[in-house]
Amino acid sequence: MAKTILAVDDSASIRQMVSFTLKGAGYEVIEAVDGQDAFDKAKQRTFNLVLTDINMPRMDGLKLLENLRKISQYQSIPILMLTTESANEMKAKGRSAGATGWLVKPFNPESLLEVIKKVIK
Amino acid sequence: MSTDLEQFYEVFFEESSELLAEMEACLLGLDVNSPSIEDLNAIFRAAHSIKGGAGTFGFTDMTEMTHMLETLLDRLRKGELQVRSEMVDAFLKAGDVIKDQLAGHRGDGTADPAVVKEVCEELQKFSEETPGATPTNNGNNEVSAEYSQEQPQQEAVAVIESCETELSSEIGGESPIVAEDTNQTVYQIEFSTSGLSDGAKENLFFNLKQQGKIEVLTQSNDSETCHLRMTTTAPEEDVWETLAFIVDPANLKIDKVEETEESDNSTSSESTTQEVPSTESTEKTKVSSSEEFESAPYGFFPGAPASPVESSAKEVNASTVTADKSNQSLAAGSSTKAAASGETNSIRVSIGKVDQMINLVGELVITQAMLAQTTSEIDPVISEKLHSGMSQLERNTRDLQESVMSIRMLPMSFVFSRYPRVVRDLAAKLNKKVELKTVGEGTELDKGLIEKIADPLTHLVRNSLDHGIELPEKRIAAGKLAKGTITLRAFQQGGSIVIEVGDDGAGLNRDKIMAKAKERGLQVHDGMSDQEVWMLIFEPGFSTADKVTDVSGRGVGMDVVKRNIQGMGGRVEINSVFGVGTRITIRLPLTLAILDGLSVTVGDQMFIVPLTYITESLQPSENDIRTVSGRGRVVQVRGEYLPVIALHEVFNIRPKSSEIKDGILVILDADGHKAAMLVDELVGQHQVVIKSLESNYRRVHGVSGATIMGDGKVALILDTTGLVMSTQ
Amino acid sequence: MSQQQTAAMPTSANSVGETASQQMNEFLTFRLGAEEYGIDILKVQEIRGYDSEAITQIANSPDFIKGVVNLRGIIVPIIDMRIKFMLGNAEYDQFTVVIILNVGGRVMGIVVDGVSDVIGLDMDHVRPTPEFGSIIDTKYITGLGTIDDRMLILVDIEKLMASEDMGLVDQAVN
Repeated sequence: MAKTILAVDDSASIRQMVSFTLKGAGYEVIEAVDGQDAFDKAKQRTFNLVLTDINMPRMDGLKLLENLRKISQYQSIPILMLTTESANEMKAKGRSAGATGWLVKPFNPESLLEVIKKVIK
Repeated sequence: MSTDLEQFYEVFFEESSELLAEMEACLLGLDVNSPSIEDLNAIFRAAHSIKGGAGTFGFTDMTEMTHMLETLLDRLRKGELQVRSEMVDAFLKAGDVIKDQLAGHRGDGTADPAVVKEVCEELQKFSEETPGATPTNNGNNEVSAEYSQEQPQQEAVAVIESCETELSSEIGGESPIVAEDTNQTVYQIEFSTSGLSDGAKENLFFNLKQQGKIEVLTQSNDSETCHLRMTTTAPEEDVWETLAFIVDPANLKIDKVEETEESDNSTSSESTTQEVPSTESTEKTKVSSSEEFESAPYGFFPGAPASPVESSAKEVNASTVTADKSNQSLAAGSSTKAAASGETNSIRVSIGKVDQMINLVGELVITQAMLAQTTSEIDPVISEKLHSGMSQLERNTRDLQESVMSIRMLPMSFVFSRYPRVVRDLAAKLNKKVELKTVGEGTELDKGLIEKIADPLTHLVRNSLDHGIELPEKRIAAGKLAKGTITLRAFQQGGSIVIEVGDDGAGLNRDKIMAKAKERGLQVHDGMSDQEVWMLIFEPGFSTADKVTDVSGRGVGMDVVKRNIQGMGGRVEINSVFGVGTRITIRLPLTLAILDGLSVTVGDQMFIVPLTYITESLQPSENDIRTVSGRGRVVQVRGEYLPVIALHEVFNIRPKSSEIKDGILVILDADGHKAAMLVDELVGQHQVVIKSLESNYRRVHGVSGATIMGDGKVALILDTTGLVMSTQ
Repeated sequence: MSQQQTAAMPTSANSVGETASQQMNEFLTFRLGAEEYGIDILKVQEIRGYDSEAITQIANSPDFIKGVVNLRGIIVPIIDMRIKFMLGNAEYDQFTVVIILNVGGRVMGIVVDGVSDVIGLDMDHVRPTPEFGSIIDTKYITGLGTIDDRMLILVDIEKLMASEDMGLVDQAVN
């Protein structure tokens, strides 16, 4: 069965690109427009991976990370953060919020797939 | 695998335009004296989102510009700097630059490099301002300096913020005491980097740094071998495991160099910082290490849940996750729900799909009409159910058509929202004080019309500001408020949408317009009504501005405005009182796709005449008809002689009768020009769906489009204005 | 595909046998007067009977423009190729058909003297156009093919329909 990925970004073009790339690689992709939307969707089903932007309205990516990690099914699910800030500060924040890793925006489809393949077996 | 990113450009363009508009609206609404943090966050997010997309799609010019914006905005929203109105101006300018850059990528113009540079410098200047004395000023300077070697000025803001929290641990980390006091071993590590991606290397170094202190001895791009010195408390096996996960173990060598003395005070604060993978320690190791891997496209946090690196996973799990916290997370979730926006309640659909739906519904309407006609021939007594079903179908079809049509409708706010900016900029330029009021932004108009009305409306607004609203001193002298008002109003009136641009300015000057008209050789006489005089300003080449300004007094424009509005099937009129103000009223059809028409026949052909142009229809009597040399036939209608348009002559059709008295005259009024159109018969009134003739054929003189009638046949819609004008 | 045919038509057999390696194009063939024409099947949307009742005339248009019809909600012009190319009297009988074309995003119908067949032609065996007197100007002819012993004139229908000669499209003036 195809692995399901939750792609969270408030930018429709990024969502589309992520979704297109991942679907092309055989993953099932559900999109969420912000942290709150993602959190609601994550509660309905368990995804195999969550890919989230950080800076979003309503609920940001860090809060989403924290919230997801509090749900038992999500304690060992890979959650990657997409961030424009390559600064350590953001990585550190992501890390303490429970991120599995990070992917710096802008990214190309190839590195997106590369990183995903590393965490989804 | 390679993905063609171009397919996502369009979405990005649209999205960015929306974000820019949103940003501008926020900026214009921003109270400089007490800016709301939500507004600043919203503006920041818009810039941030554009930057993210621009980066992904490789539009570096946009990335740079948005980065500058973001940097300054970040400081503002964190309260490090105070918002000032010059900054808002700079932001607005930057927004314009990004718009231009966006247009450039769409293949539609370019951003002026001089402006780009100017705006960049301005933003840069603001960003570099210091918010006064900061307690940690010394520390700041030190750390920023370290960063700036790698990334000049770019990350400066982020660094200043982060170093405040980590300053103490930073010093602790650098201290040699830490290494000597704990049970540490120094390893000499050598491995081959061939075949490793940057990301993998970054990942590796990050993992190693979690275990201890590393020093890169050699690490050049040419040499495929990497030498490291690592000081760590971790056993050799752990180090090996970390490395072997990424590096080919065949090319990996770890030598124990020395073992430091075991320390007694293992519970010392220093050693704690070293072992616990807390936030501080992560930051510390990163900050104190070299920055060369900073640009890695991705990486993992060792020990984080599901990280591909398995080391010390349990530890982090335990520290970040507590099993019984799910209730709390739900509570946190619902608390932010209050801010739920309508974003998820709408979907983005291509206009092509909507138009296709409109076409299909149009066909459904036709089919329904055909069925209704057939059914009407069946005895209602025999087939009562069929008849009731048919009337149900008719209602449903009509409702469906209405709701499908409404998809294309957009609120006027789409257009109105651009004017606060226009007015703000122009008022500043002209030293005028102007307040813009908008009424009825919710009034809906067809998308096609919304797009087309923006330019003429902009022109009218600029014109009001330039020629209508007086300078403050003049207004005060005239007993008015120094601040003028421009009012934009939209409302629906029957089958039309009315848009008004009003101002409380000087009003139109009849004498001046008349003088100008005479000077331009226009046909004028003193008996003209004010209405007629005002309409003169829409004549080509007419401008009453005393001096030509670059705002609107170029003598072109108003005629173009009128032409554009007519092109949309609309009308313009002017009301003005000298000294009090001017109001320009635009009337537009509700939608481009539907038209109220009168069907007429000539010979065996049927035509549709747009109802809006028809004033009346009558059966002429022989005495009313005259032949005027050079003007053809005219007919006297209520004391006026109107030129006769014989439709059968225009279209070369054999009429039922060529005698005027046998036909019917439809009196047309197109923008004040009247004519009488001769047809054989009037058939009835219909609401017809306008179809383009030109999408598969060409323009036809006297015809503006086509429609499909109840019997499935095509009927041509007459170009009333064109026909009337050809007689003048 | 019969053996007989293969024996009689070595050229055609060749083309049928090696479809994978050769460039095969499919053509819709139709008659105009005495000549047989072929157009790229990919440009053909559908084929309909001729119904003069359904046609709305357009005033002041050339006589070969029969008018416009409603094709599922789209207004489609109908062009009588026989009138356009002056093939004597254009009769409308049960064989008269309208080929609905979709060329360059535009939909239009052409009236011809009957549709013959859809055939595959190996492009290697299409001969270049000699200067000869066909009804249609040679600049719209891409080549000559052979079916059985008949000559098939291959027309670049897209180019023809977009041409100024046809007057179907508003030509850029100035």
